[in-house]
Amino acid sequence: MYSKDGENYFIVDAHIALWDARPENIKNVQGQQFIDCFYDYHRNLSPESEVWSMEDYAYQGGERLMKDLFTDGYVDHAIFQPAHLGEFYHRGFGQTEEASALAAKHPDKLTYNHNFDPRNGEAGLDQLRADAERFGLKGVKLYTAEWHGDSRGWKLDDPMAYRYFELCRELGITNIHIHKGPTIRPLDRDAFDVADVDHVATDFTDLNFVVEHVGLPRLEDFCWIATQEPNVHGGLAVAMPFIHTRPRYFAQIIGELLYWIGEDRIQFSSDYALWTPRWLIEQFVDFQIPEDMSEYAPISTDTKKKILGLNAAKMYDIEVPAELRLPEADETETGPRQPEAADLASV
Amino acid sequence: MTTLAAAPAHEVTQDAVRRALDVVFDPELDEPITDLGFVRSVDIVGRDLEVHLRLPTSFCSPNFAYLMASDSQDALRALPGVGRVVVELDDHHDSAIINHGLATDAGYRGTFRHEAEDSLDELRHTFQVKAHTAAMERCLTALLRSDVDLTEAELGRVVLADLPDGHEKESLLRRRTTLGLGCQASAQVMVDQHGVGYEPRQVPMALRRARSTRISIDGNAHFCRGLLRTRYPGSGDDQTRRADGEEPSDPTFVPLSALLPRSQKESSP
Repeated sequence: MYSKDGENYFIVDAHIALWDARPENIKNVQGQQFIDCFYDYHRNLSPESEVWSMEDYAYQGGERLMKDLFTDGYVDHAIFQPAHLGEFYHRGFGQTEEASALAAKHPDKLTYNHNFDPRNGEAGLDQLRADAERFGLKGVKLYTAEWHGDSRGWKLDDPMAYRYFELCRELGITNIHIHKGPTIRPLDRDAFDVADVDHVATDFTDLNFVVEHVGLPRLEDFCWIATQEPNVHGGLAVAMPFIHTRPRYFAQIIGELLYWIGEDRIQFSSDYALWTPRWLIEQFVDFQIPEDMSEYAPISTDTKKKILGLNAAKMYDIEVPAELRLPEADETETGPRQPEAADLASV
Repeated sequence: MTTLAAAPAHEVTQDAVRRALDVVFDPELDEPITDLGFVRSVDIVGRDLEVHLRLPTSFCSPNFAYLMASDSQDALRALPGVGRVVVELDDHHDSAIINHGLATDAGYRGTFRHEAEDSLDELRHTFQVKAHTAAMERCLTALLRSDVDLTEAELGRVVLADLPDGHEKESLLRRRTTLGLGCQASAQVMVDQHGVGYEPRQVPMALRRARSTRISIDGNAHFCRGLLRTRYPGSGDDQTRRADGEEPSDPTFVPLSALLPRSQKESSP
């Protein structure tokens, strides 16, 4: 929990990882390029005092993770969202055994989500059943740009993916976190297009679809589909650290999200270990929309409380102390949140 | 009578190469690759050229990477007097595939084989539409802010002649031309990619959608520029200023106070 100025914030970090990108686990040049790319994000967007060495960045281990999140980072509960990247790393990028064991040891603090890849076909469906039982899955993290043999991406509305979503429904895996990656077949179209999220969200209204990075770099496409689908949510992974280097851009991201999808469908995350939660939470609680951006209303304390933890806690049935709970906003389910300023029905 | 040895006609110079590359745009960020600092090196031997490109990350989308590299090759081959042209993309996860495709003139489908279906025309068009949408929003929001009596709903009636001359209007006209929209003074500003306008009640929503597009492009542009500077130290020297979406953390940011007339600055305590 984080407390400031007499206000208490229940914190859920909805997107964390325990990865291993040490040299002995790197399989090929792409594995090196992938962690280098993450490290450049980290160096580019972090305050100078928060920049780690590449050695620290390549692997943290459970003990350091617990310290960064729960001892130093104000986090009450965190959710693993592992990327497999089996073509780049010998033992995968996200460390399944270590992370799931850590979650089993601290069930009050950690939830382990796993992943699946529809290109694994029927065998993958059996594996998903086994994983659901082994980990007690409530959610999965899907990375559509995962490489798999000759294929370098898949779409959520591929027929085989639908079989997996049907199985998720049957197994009670209700929270589908989606990371839109930079490569998808065919290359003819925009790789970051979120149109496939629109299709699955319409066809599986009983599943929640959390689009990570709030669709960045296609914030506008994400907002447009999310405003029309009440089961599409926005995860703030990678968007959060702009609060430090590009506060005006961050204000616009939050302003747009609050306008298009409202305060009940946005989830905070540090994207650990890309960044650590402590400074992000401190800065977010202090944050306000700049005065000259009159197109956005100021962010209220209650809205910040929902984003920082209450929204994700609700989705994952994480118990929140009674005095910290808040009711849902009395708002429209779809369409912009300031209907007096715009009329969705007319478009 | 002696004659000075004039530069031979059509000599290939560094400057000529870079000016030729000014027409190559990053479609997603809507800026020339020369302004973004994506041109890493230009080597000229006689009439032969070797140009290396660089991008902000190894995982930048390969379709955009290919577009910029092949557009560069086309632009350089059109240079008068040029000999052999080699364009290479450095440090990308698909460098080997793309560079091989360029060297063998394999084209888009030959380069990406089973990953390519038809062409990149649709991709290019998608981002030309977004660039127009963003340019339109910049002009209309600026007009709205400069005229307190103007309401959002009235923006649907604004025509090109109502816009003040300047960078934003020029930018809009350029994007209209790309899409084949007319640039006559009486043309409506707020139109979709087909030139169709909006009913007054649709205007506020259309403006909000356009705004989210503009925010996205500006945000991506500055983030990509920053990542390039982090990845390649010194590359910031090759970037030109982008005023749209600029923030105090940007190396080219000029605070308003620096723009005050000298007398005012001197009289302040």
